[in-house]
Amino acid sequence: MPEVIKDYTRKIGLPRIIIAATFVFLFILAFFVNLPVAMLVSNIIRRFGMYGVLVLAMVPAIQSGIGPNFALPLGIVAGILGALISIELALNSFWWALIIAIPIATVVGYFYGKLLNRIKGSEMLVATYTGFSVVSFMSIMWILLPFSSKEMVWPIGRGLRVTVSLESSFGNVLNDFLGFNIGEVYIPTGLLLFFFGMCFLVWVFSKSKSGVAMKASGDNPKFATASGIEVNSYRILGTILSTVLGAVGILVYAQSYNFVQLYTAPLMMAFPAVAAILIGGASANKVKISHAIIGVFLFQGLLTIALPVASQVFAYGNIAGVLRMIVQNGIILYALTKVGGE
Amino acid sequence: MELKEQEKKIVIEEKVDPKKFLIKHSVTILFVIISIAAVYISELPVFFVVNSIITRVTRNAFLVLALLIPVMSGMGLNFSITIGAMAGQFAIIIVTYFGITGLWGFVLCALIALPLAIIFGFFVGALLNQTKGQEMITGMISSFFANGIYQLILLFMVGTLIPMKMNDMMLSSGVGIRNTVDMKKAGLSYAVDSIHEIPLFTLVLVVSVGFILFNIFKLKTAKHDSSLKVKKRYVNIAFNSLVFIFGLLISFTEMLPRNIQMLEKITVPTVTSLLIIALCFFNVLITKTKLGQDFRTVGQNRHIAEIAGIHVNKVRMLAIIISTVLASWGQLLFLQNMGVLNTYGSHVQIALFSIAALLIGGASASKATISQALLGVVLFHTLFLVSPMAGKNLFDDPMIGEFFRAFIAYGVIGVSLGLHAWRKTIKGQV
Repeated sequence: MPEVIKDYTRKIGLPRIIIAATFVFLFILAFFVNLPVAMLVSNIIRRFGMYGVLVLAMVPAIQSGIGPNFALPLGIVAGILGALISIELALNSFWWALIIAIPIATVVGYFYGKLLNRIKGSEMLVATYTGFSVVSFMSIMWILLPFSSKEMVWPIGRGLRVTVSLESSFGNVLNDFLGFNIGEVYIPTGLLLFFFGMCFLVWVFSKSKSGVAMKASGDNPKFATASGIEVNSYRILGTILSTVLGAVGILVYAQSYNFVQLYTAPLMMAFPAVAAILIGGASANKVKISHAIIGVFLFQGLLTIALPVASQVFAYGNIAGVLRMIVQNGIILYALTKVGGE
Repeated sequence: MELKEQEKKIVIEEKVDPKKFLIKHSVTILFVIISIAAVYISELPVFFVVNSIITRVTRNAFLVLALLIPVMSGMGLNFSITIGAMAGQFAIIIVTYFGITGLWGFVLCALIALPLAIIFGFFVGALLNQTKGQEMITGMISSFFANGIYQLILLFMVGTLIPMKMNDMMLSSGVGIRNTVDMKKAGLSYAVDSIHEIPLFTLVLVVSVGFILFNIFKLKTAKHDSSLKVKKRYVNIAFNSLVFIFGLLISFTEMLPRNIQMLEKITVPTVTSLLIIALCFFNVLITKTKLGQDFRTVGQNRHIAEIAGIHVNKVRMLAIIISTVLASWGQLLFLQNMGVLNTYGSHVQIALFSIAALLIGGASASKATISQALLGVVLFHTLFLVSPMAGKNLFDDPMIGEFFRAFIAYGVIGVSLGLHAWRKTIKGQV
């Protein structure tokens, strides 16, 4: 019997078991402390869809061999630009934001991929600081760029607001699309459809010829080179896909949140996404789409439920935030120990 | 015959090529130019700028110098000095709680921080030995992780699991430490700085004379130095003589213009400066010991070190422990000068700013010297000080200056680490 258990633990991974168990435990606890469970479930589903694409962005990155994309802010900034430009031009639609953001993300991803090909082996560290620098550089740009829409700029002074409301443009378009209630649980159909649609697209791509080649070059670069695959160009492709998904992801996030957050808000956004995919069962060089789905569900579910439960049990302070920090960085550390040792 | 040819080759290689010099020091030169431009644009009075920079340098230099040993040991820039800083802050909270004030309170802080930092350093070292080749990102993430644990302890365990009598350090609920711990009340602020102060230019005179004598001594004794080294020593003597003359002019005459003459009044905290100088000596002297040699060997090539019979993991562990302990003391010096412990914020940016300073001084993830550290602190904090005002004068918006300095800090680390990794891949391909 213990053999069977050991086998399972190895297959599923200890951290995933712990986190899943905590999640279930907190959920049961929520019943006992009389929390509005229906509202919690609605929140979990909403946050699942909200963060889903951002986590999915990790999949092509890991597949192509550049590891978890800590430079997700690059894609995020491209997505934000798409949203802002679409509002500035009074296009005000989610799809226009996507259409503007994707080419920007592609160009950014291409150059960033070229950079990554020169620094093989240190991708994660350089990625983190590339993300940080771009966010602070764009903070300057948010002040200097000549946007003029009244929705976005400060009424007095210069620059864009810290948060731009999407109320009059595309706030909640996906969440409201065909949304319905089961009992008291709200199902944001459009949001879920969009997320699973993106998963499907990534899946279709991974089955295509270039998808298979990209995976091969990530799995074993030397073998791939020997089989005549251009490893470097597939790494660039993976980076572009990841950056584009990051841009799409932030638009999905923003429409669900109803605001676009500027300035330092995107600074730390890569970390929860990386943590989620690792919790889902991915490692720094192996990943499946199911990892993204399971990971975002477990991680965001845990965070959603921890906050009200913790504040019931423990009345003071933001213990959920502290918990998030420990889980999020603990899981990344765990994954790093599996990469290391050259 | 062959030997002679080799010698010739060495001599040729050693000639100072101005182009190579520029490329090698491009980062530093760039930042010297940016700093001077920013000071000029900010239109801040010279006295204020110099005075503030001196304060900031004495406050931060110790922390930056704590980074050097891990670089030597090939572990890159130690992003986990944040964890050392946490040890220092735990010590401050304990000492403040028991109400021990003044210099002895500070000494007690240092003593309490020591074992804490050793334990923390041990954990970080063990983790970094598990993740060879990814030390820097691991160090960074582990400091985020540790920050979570730190908050868990200070926000939720104090007053519940850890018994603590209610006092004004704690939140009104009786659980958790307040956002700020006032060190003035606890008598810890300026505990070291206020022991004795000397005029800045007296210190400058002493240091420049020290350098001149040291170099003359070396010229007299070391006959086997290469011609380049001898040249460097002459340049050093000339430069320090200029500094010495400038110091004399300021200290003892009234010849210079008023706004420069005012610099005479600037003082530096004697003991803090001595501690920084002592740490510089420590960093030099440790390279002369067996342990220092081991650090170097491990830094150059782990495999060769292993074959040579060095316990690589143990040496790496020691490097991180020393760095963590120094960082905890550095944080104590930093905070006694600030006068206020920002319980959940003081340590967060420490690694970022210290590392950015070191890199601006011209260091890389594999090579860092004391002079690079000190120069870097001066340049970084000059920029830090004047960039909001420069941003305001240039763009009519102080926020741009603030974002600009964040951009500089992140950007210089990103570029420098990128270049470092690039060189590594090129080497790997050859």
